[in-house]
Amino acid sequence: MSTVKVVDAPLGLGPRVRGLLTRRASWIPVLAALGILIALLVAGQSYLGNFLTPRVLSSLLLDNAYLLILAVGMTFVILTGGIDLSVGAVLAFTAILGARLLSEGVPSVLVIPVMLIGGAVIGLLIGSLIQFFDVQPFIASLAGMFAARGLAFLVSLSSIKIEDPTILWLQTKLFYVEGWFLAPTGVIALLVVAAGALVLHFTRFGRTIYAIGGNEQSARLMGLPVVRTKLLAYVISGVCAGLAGVVFSAYQGAGYPLNGIGTELDTIAAVVIGGTLLTGGSGYVIGSMIGVFVYGTIKAAISFLGAEQSWTRITIGALLLIFVVVQRVIVARSSRR
Amino acid sequence: MNEAAVPIVEVRGATVRFASDTALDSVDFRMFGGEVHSLMGENGAGKSTLIRALTGARPLDDGTIALDGRTVSLGSPVDAQRHGIRSVYQEIDLLPNLSVAENILLGREPRRRGAIDWRRMRAEASEALLDLGLSIDPASPLGSHSLAVQQLVAIARATSSDMRVLVLDEPTSSLDADEVAELFRIIRELKERGVAILFVSHFLDQVYEICDRITVLRDGALVGEYLTDELLRIDLVQKMLGKDAEALTVRSREPVEVNAPVPVLEARNVSRGVLRSVDLEVMEGEVLGFAGLLGSGRTELARALSGIDRPDSGSIVRQGRRVSLPTPRSAIALGIAYSSENRTAEGIIGQLTVRENIALAIQAERGVVRRLSLRRQRELAASWIEALGIRPASPEAIAGTLSGGNQQKVLLARLLALAPQVLLLDEPTRGIDVGAKVEVQNLVNELADNGMSVVFISSELEEVLRVATRIAVFRGGQVVAIQPTEALASRSLLAIVTQPDDAW
Repeated sequence: MSTVKVVDAPLGLGPRVRGLLTRRASWIPVLAALGILIALLVAGQSYLGNFLTPRVLSSLLLDNAYLLILAVGMTFVILTGGIDLSVGAVLAFTAILGARLLSEGVPSVLVIPVMLIGGAVIGLLIGSLIQFFDVQPFIASLAGMFAARGLAFLVSLSSIKIEDPTILWLQTKLFYVEGWFLAPTGVIALLVVAAGALVLHFTRFGRTIYAIGGNEQSARLMGLPVVRTKLLAYVISGVCAGLAGVVFSAYQGAGYPLNGIGTELDTIAAVVIGGTLLTGGSGYVIGSMIGVFVYGTIKAAISFLGAEQSWTRITIGALLLIFVVVQRVIVARSSRR
Repeated sequence: MNEAAVPIVEVRGATVRFASDTALDSVDFRMFGGEVHSLMGENGAGKSTLIRALTGARPLDDGTIALDGRTVSLGSPVDAQRHGIRSVYQEIDLLPNLSVAENILLGREPRRRGAIDWRRMRAEASEALLDLGLSIDPASPLGSHSLAVQQLVAIARATSSDMRVLVLDEPTSSLDADEVAELFRIIRELKERGVAILFVSHFLDQVYEICDRITVLRDGALVGEYLTDELLRIDLVQKMLGKDAEALTVRSREPVEVNAPVPVLEARNVSRGVLRSVDLEVMEGEVLGFAGLLGSGRTELARALSGIDRPDSGSIVRQGRRVSLPTPRSAIALGIAYSSENRTAEGIIGQLTVRENIALAIQAERGVVRRLSLRRQRELAASWIEALGIRPASPEAIAGTLSGGNQQKVLLARLLALAPQVLLLDEPTRGIDVGAKVEVQNLVNELADNGMSVVFISSELEEVLRVATRIAVFRGGQVVAIQPTEALASRSLLAIVTQPDDAW
């Protein structure tokens, strides 16, 4: 019986370490992101003195709950090798739609499903454009973005205040112990992260997402349901945008058609910083969560410093640049092997 | 032979048209259970098209496919798989970003309460791999393994489930002798189980070793179906080509009397990857064959000599001058051109036309500003199409639709258009059929006669022996012997190539 020798890891490392390294190579960018997050928190603490407090850490989750939800949906789409630029606008649209419906007396048990379905429908339309009309994901979701933004203005041109108790409850503190607190929005966001991670790792649908990102043609030849899976990825992103709309409404206490401009880019940045390859096929929801926290920490630190918030964007931009370059190096290295 | 009354697969009047071309013209084809069947034909004879129809990748425009006597429609690969038709395509079509286990079991993963059971999945994958004599970590990413291993994984994927028909399209082109023997053992096992196996290969020896029945296609039409035992090789080749086999023999080269051979390209003490301080000289006007097993360092040296990969240490010397080759481009500027063994990934650009593919390198050398006019490009393409006999003879054909042999010729045309002095060809005849192979070999000899130095890499020792004037034998990252071809016979070459390292 012939056995094939595999010689590729550096000499000197034991086979266990070597096996672990090749097995877990795709986790390296995630660990890098985690390293950056820890470095940021430590640097913040040593520079600002009172940065690592329960209050700051708790509000990290509270302030970024909507971004976390968007990032989970975006991770699905980017893993297939696509992109969804519509999420910020869909968030604004569903939020203003919800606020309008609530202000007209529609009960929140109806409004929330309507917001989610609204997101799902826009996601389905974008997915259909990509799948059946061969439109580039960039263009299709750009169209979705304009459509959703337009719809938002159609619903209302001005801000609508939300007074519905259910929605407002989402932003109340469930408990408050020694500065630590948690709101229902944070719980929802963490649940979405957990659900996303489980679906991607443990379901056929999830693995098909990775397969499509690896090589769509091969996935098709393997007999995997490529069409259905890709459509569903955009629907998931849409639903997440709708849910983010709910969470964001609670966070702001109002709906406003100009909300969420540029949020799609923050989301993509967080996902990429979290180690997901823009070319698809490699990445984790957990990484995206870390990416969101990196983003949130930079934002918090800059407001602590009292500096201009534009520095958040500049720092994120620089980090993104570094990460994309690092990813390219990793990809180039693995393809050279 | 187990000749059942009803064939498992029966194709009648299969016709497929691509635009105006008829790729397959009312072909009848059948396969019996417990039999290995080979589909033979030159490039463009319609083999791939028939296989694609059979595996649901390309529906028939006309004709029917019946399984066990019942007509079925195979609209997609899923349909075909549901009917028990599995396939391993010529170009490995797995997912490098996923684990080995997933590549084997994707789409039918073991599940427990709806969730994928990773532990069982790895165990099942391990088992399927061990059946193939392969012990690798099923959780490792596929992309971290060599092409040969990936090929075996593809076969494991195809075989590890209840199947009736197995289609193997050039399964052995990246396997070494041991691995091929292993594959044949598996094929025989499956045959015992009553599976109908379609084995497509351009290695005549392998076809004669394993196949019971042969169907020959030519120009998209059926030539006939024969029992292997009753068909002489020479007749088979004649049927495939439709012409006399005389034209097939490689014109033997007059040994060129060179007073003092001048080295045109040298590697001095080159190390990189598996290569361990290799010294080598390529002489003017010679065909230097690189013989050796997969992973012996033959490709690595060719890549180092042509600026694709930078040596970790050592130097490259061109015409007596030490040169640095940071990029393939710098090598091309010095008259050194390399053609990769991985034709589809590192060679042909499938979406572009033949003309664009041929003009690519010369355009790159000129730079973007000095654009080749369309007229000039057409002339260039037309002259190479004629010179190399590329089919279809249309400069505007999309390169991806050409057969493997013709794609290889397009690649050669691209490099030859640069008028290089040293040409490094890595597996130029892999996956292409006898006729095209001989054409490529003849071309190599012609080029050398005209003073070009050619490095010819091939896993087929006979081929190296036939084409090369001198042979460098690689083993374990070193050149273990360099000898004139006359001094080596197939057997002795094989002995050097496969000798275990510890014997030295």
